This record gives sequence, structure tokens and C-alpha cells, in this order.
Amino acid sequence: MTALAPERIEERLRVRFPEAAIRRQTGEAVRDFTLHVPADRLVEICTFLRDDPELDFAMLSWIAGVDYLPRDPRFEVVYGLLSLSRVARVNLKVAVGEENPRVPSVIGVWPTADWHERETFDFYGIEFTGHPRLTRILLPEDWVGWPLRKDSPLGYEEVAFTHNTPGRLLPDPGLKKLAPKKVRYRAH
Amino acid sequence: MTLNMGPQHPSTHGVLRVALELDGETIVEARPIIGYLHTGMEKQAEYKTYTQSIPQTDRMDYLSPMSNNLGLCLAAEKLLGIEAPERAQAIRVLLTELTRISAHCVWLGTHALDIGAMTVFFYCFREREKVLSIYEQVCGARLTASYFRVGGLAMDIPEGFLDRCQKFVDEMPAHVDEYEKLLSKNPIWLARLKRVATLSREVAIAYGATGPVLRGSGVSWDLRKAEPYCGYDEYDFEIPVGEAGDAYDRYMVRVREMRQATRIANQAIGKIRQFGEKGDYRLRDYKYVLPPKEDVKTSMEALIHHFKIVAHGFFPPVGEAYQAIEAPKGELGFYLVSDGTPRPWRMKVRSPSFVHLQALPAMIRGRLVADVVTAIGSIDIVLGEVDR
Amino acid sequence: MTDEKNPNPFRTLAEPPRPKAPAAGVSEEDSIREELERGILFTSVEKVVNWSRANSIWPLGFGLACCAIEMMAIIAPRFDISRFGAEVMRSSPRQADLMIVAGRVSIKMAPVLRQLYDQMPDPKWVISMGACASCGGVFNNYAILQGVDKIVPVDVYVPGCPPRPEALIHGIMKLQEKILSSRVEIGPVPPKKKKSRKAVA
Repeated sequence: MTALAPERIEERLRVRFPEAAIRRQTGEAVRDFTLHVPADRLVEICTFLRDDPELDFAMLSWIAGVDYLPRDPRFEVVYGLLSLSRVARVNLKVAVGEENPRVPSVIGVWPTADWHERETFDFYGIEFTGHPRLTRILLPEDWVGWPLRKDSPLGYEEVAFTHNTPGRLLPDPGLKKLAPKKVRYRAH
Repeated sequence: MTLNMGPQHPSTHGVLRVALELDGETIVEARPIIGYLHTGMEKQAEYKTYTQSIPQTDRMDYLSPMSNNLGLCLAAEKLLGIEAPERAQAIRVLLTELTRISAHCVWLGTHALDIGAMTVFFYCFREREKVLSIYEQVCGARLTASYFRVGGLAMDIPEGFLDRCQKFVDEMPAHVDEYEKLLSKNPIWLARLKRVATLSREVAIAYGATGPVLRGSGVSWDLRKAEPYCGYDEYDFEIPVGEAGDAYDRYMVRVREMRQATRIANQAIGKIRQFGEKGDYRLRDYKYVLPPKEDVKTSMEALIHHFKIVAHGFFPPVGEAYQAIEAPKGELGFYLVSDGTPRPWRMKVRSPSFVHLQALPAMIRGRLVADVVTAIGSIDIVLGEVDR
Repeated sequence: MTDEKNPNPFRTLAEPPRPKAPAAGVSEEDSIREELERGILFTSVEKVVNWSRANSIWPLGFGLACCAIEMMAIIAPRFDISRFGAEVMRSSPRQADLMIVAGRVSIKMAPVLRQLYDQMPDPKWVISMGACASCGGVFNNYAILQGVDKIVPVDVYVPGCPPRPEALIHGIMKLQEKILSSRVEIGPVPPKKKKSRKAVA
């Protein structure tokens, strides 16, 4: 099996979806072949990538959400695809706005998307339409908030030192110290 | 009837909860419920530098800590566009293969313990103690090593380390023979594992399985051969592949992987000896990697680089990278998005156990309750990795 | 017991051991009392109860994360915990007396932990193993409970990340000392004395 050149993937996609707004992500240190795809054509594009015999992206490796807070559209959902027979990887990116964060679910294309999408929903609040059971997976069911968003706090607890706990309760100096009971049998 | 295999259970390898819908003893539906060990590592990584996240990765798949460290270091190195020196890579390969042996030992011990074979547990943990002593000699900690750094290793290997590794590698095949003698042709083992928890080839790929789970189903896919990293293309080893995709095939794949790992470790020791017992262990690119202490005490610019990297962290370029390695459990991948600051903008961990656990209902639908334990054991999950 | 007559170190059972004839000048009653006293201990109920509780602690297998692996290592042959009385690790809380919280406790797991603690019968002890169980450890964020003593009372804290098996064994031995020096109440607790009503003048 010959190696698949990344440009071939883009070529085939443009041939098949001439009117869709597919563009390649360029950047100084973008080390993987990344394509931005529109959300409304996502399921068709994924089905094509999976079924086309030359490309054969049979495995969905991972789905990640990323929050670029000051930017609009705020979120991005990244799909990492892997082709076993052609030994190729491609990242697909879908931009999601803040007001109505919705993306069609690719669970019909790859069943493994189930938990990945639930995890992205759990962390960011991005809704995947068409997912049969979109509930929280890693956090408790009644958790309020989307923890991995940039405006959610880390939630750490301030460690109590003497300098930042002024009203702390000091032990009563008049308390009688009880001596421990004398033990004649020692464990060692 | 709904039966809850609760978060506290001797055979769930951690805090996994499986809600089983039963009809008598037959399983109608199984729903794994996870999140009981969720640690917020991905959120926390956005508040720490890359080097500070390395100890966090130890606690993800806590059975193979050096593999996780390797994954993060390689992803950061891919983002920076640097590569560790060859001697450091050989040491990384050696320690990663020893980690693979130790992780498979724990897997075999606990899997056999769940099925009922207690002796194997004691034998496997005896071997694991030897690997942990090797870890302790090289970095001071038994379990949470954090020995690799971006650009190489934290410090050079000590005296006598290679001889100790060689001794372990020489006696390991005999121990693997011991385990196989107890289990491989054992009628009880065969009855419990053959044709149980089957994953056919198409279902395995559709569920995103990688590593021994995928290889047990007949797909010859190993990242060390397909997308080599760390100089793996220079080592001579085979990839064991199963046929039927049942629990027994996965067991055979992992046992054979232990033997292949011994083989690779042997070659790695020879390679390190070629470079010398002491030598290059970190890249000399002071923009991203700490300079060695001798230079810090003599050269002014090395001192400034050291100060900058320790106090602030190194500044990677704006971009992103995804790097996957072949961890003992499967494909462990790190997706790093950088915004030019020392702290990553996003660190996403693609953990194999998370993906494999999804396939559990497909494996045990229609089977008996006792097969749930076999299935969970054969896919080899670690809850630290599932929940992160 | 080798001697010239019987060089075989394994004594045959043909001849059961007979008590020695009493020494000259000692009456038979006294010799019987001496025999008995060699096999009798005089102690208090509290000491015996404490001693038996301390030396037969059966832990509940509550391994959560990486510390669980070190806990498994103390069951393994190199650091053997059954030397100290913890012969088996019980899976059911109803049969265990020691809960070793080994690993980080997430917010989702906290109610489960409390329920398990409540299910354990008295007397029960808790060892908080590792930094994450004692105080949150490496993880100070929204998901991890900062110390398991927020929900259960802890007897011994074992620091480390993860603590070496020897450290955990040291913690168990400290717990044994604590048990040996504790007060034991046998029987029902006597009711409080009612205050007598003063007659109104």
C-alpha cells in the first residue's frame, strides 16, 4: 500500500464537495494536516472519508473541543481520523459559535464517537444533535457549569497558612493534655 | 433485573461502575458509568507548564508511567520541532519496553486473579518488583517516575544500571515461560477465555480499538512499526496478531508482546553501550531544553537560559501537534494546542482505555455475568486513564 | 528432639508425652498448680480484645488510583501484609474493619465512600494512604476532594505519592499501636444518672 499524500485528501474532497467551504489550516507550527470543514456538511464529509476506497479513514481516533475564548467563533471541535490501510492521519476542525453551540453527531459514521462527544459536551456544553444519549460522562450528573471553558475557574482550594487565616481557632492553652495510655505489648 | 457492579468491586480494576440489565444470568444490556476518578488533568494542564504536566501524566495510566511521560514529551517535541539525541532515545526505548513488561505483568496478575488463578498474581508481582527497583535506581521513584523531559531525560543513567537491566532481560523469558506453563493450556483458562468477549475485526475498528485489543482481532497495526517514533524503525521485533478477537487471543498477544519487549530491550541495551555508559542525555538546544549543570556554572548564556526555562518555561511556537505512541494499553495520543506561552492552551489526552471501555457492551451482550469480569480484564483498562 | 535412643528428628506418635514425675518434697496439688500455671496467662479483657483486634485487621479493598497498586504490592510476596494479621483483603464492607483509602477521591466518588464507611460495622478504622487522600495531593482543582477527612474520620495518615509499601506497613503498625492503647467498652453503656428533683421550698 502506497502512502497517501495529504494533498490528495484535500483534492478528493474538493472534487466531491465543490461548493463546501473546505480550507486547509496553515500556520508556523501546525504539525498535522488539518482541514476546516463546515458544520452542516460534516456528516457527509465524514461518510465520504470513511467509505472512499482510496482514502479509507475507517477509524475515528479522537474528538476534542477547544475553547478560543476571545475569538469568534468561540469553540472548535477537532476530529482526529486515522486510516489503517493507507497509514494516514487527518484532523478535521469544525468551528462552533458561542450562542448556540451545536454540531451534528457523527455517531452514525463511527460508533466510537459516542463517548468522545459526551465528553466534549461534558467539558464545553457543545450539543451534538442526533446523539441518542447526550449526558454527562465524567462529572457528576447534577454538576452545573462547563469546567473546561476558559471562563470557568480551576476551582482550587486556598491552602490555609497562618498568614491568610486571621480568624483561625487556636487550641485552648488551658486544655489538659491527656497522656496516651501506656502499652506494654508493642507491635514490633 | 438491574444489577449494579458498583464502583467498589474487587474485579473492576479501579472505580468502574457497570449497570447490568439481566435476564436470569444472561446480560441484556450493559452500561459502563465512569467518572469516579475524574481528576481534571486537562484543565489543570492549562495552568501548568509542559514540564510541570509531566508528573500529571504519571498518574493517568499508573501502571505504565514512563509510557505516558514519553507521550507528552514526544508531543511537545513535535510541537517544538526538536528531537532528542540518539542515546537519550535509546534509553527511552529501553525504559518504555521495561514499562510494557511491567504493565503486562500487572494485567496478567490481576486478570488471572479475577478468573481465579491466584498463583499467577504472586509470580507476576515478583517480576514487577524487579522493574520497580530498576525505576528506583534511575529516577528515585517506584511508580511515578517523571523521568523523561522535553528534549531528553531528567538526568543521566547511573553506574551499573545497564548491567542490572541486562540481568533482568536475560531472566525474563524464563518467567514468561512460567506464566504460560500455568495458563496457556490450562483447561479452566481456556474454558473461561475462549470465545468470550469477542470483537470482530470490523467492530473493533468501528469502535476505535487500538493496541492489543485490535491486534487480537486480527489487524496487524502497531504504531511502532506504522508510524515509528524514538528510533523504533531501527529495532528488530515482530508484532503478534490474533485471529478470533476473543479474550484468549488478546491474552496470547500480550504474552507474546512481553517476549518481544524483552527482545527490544536487549537491543536497546546494546545500542546504549555503543554510545557509552555516560554521555548525551539531553538536546543542546538551550532555547527549549535545560542546559547541563556544568555549563550553567561556567557559561553566562547557559545561566540565563536556565533561569528563563526554570522560572518561566520555554516558549513554543503558536500551533498544534498530535503525537500518538504505542502504550501498553493501545494508542495513547496527546493533542497540544499552543498559543506561544509556556502553558499549553489545550492539552487533550486520547487514552486507549476510554475508547476500549465503550466497546464493553458490544462484547458482553448475550453472555453470562461471569464473562463481564473476563471482558473487563481482557481489554485491560486503567481507570486513571479513562477518567483523567 | 534427637537423642541416642531416637535419632529420627520427627518424633513418632507411638509414645504420647507423659508429664514428668513431681520433684521430691513438692505435694501433688502444688505440682498440678505449677503445671497449670505454665499454660495460663493473667490479663484483662481490654488487653485481650485490643490485642486480637490489632493483630487481625482485615482491610477493605478500596483502591482508587495509583496508591492501589502499592497497596496490591503489599499483598504481593515481597512486602507481605499477612505477616501483620491482614490475612485477606475483604471486598465487602460488612466484613472488613479497616478502610485504606488509597488514591484520589473525586467529587463523584465521595458519597460512595461515605456510604461504604457507614456500611462497615464497628469497630472500624480508616487509613488515608497517600497525599491525594490526605489533602488533595498534586491535584488542587474542581474535581478532587481536598482530603478524605472531610467526609470520614481518619486514624492514620500515610504521606507519599505513592507511599512505599514499607511506609504503608509502618502506617498499619502505627494503627496497631493506636488500637492497643484504646479503651474498650464491654457490654451496654450504663445509663446516665438522672438528676434528683429538688423539693420546692
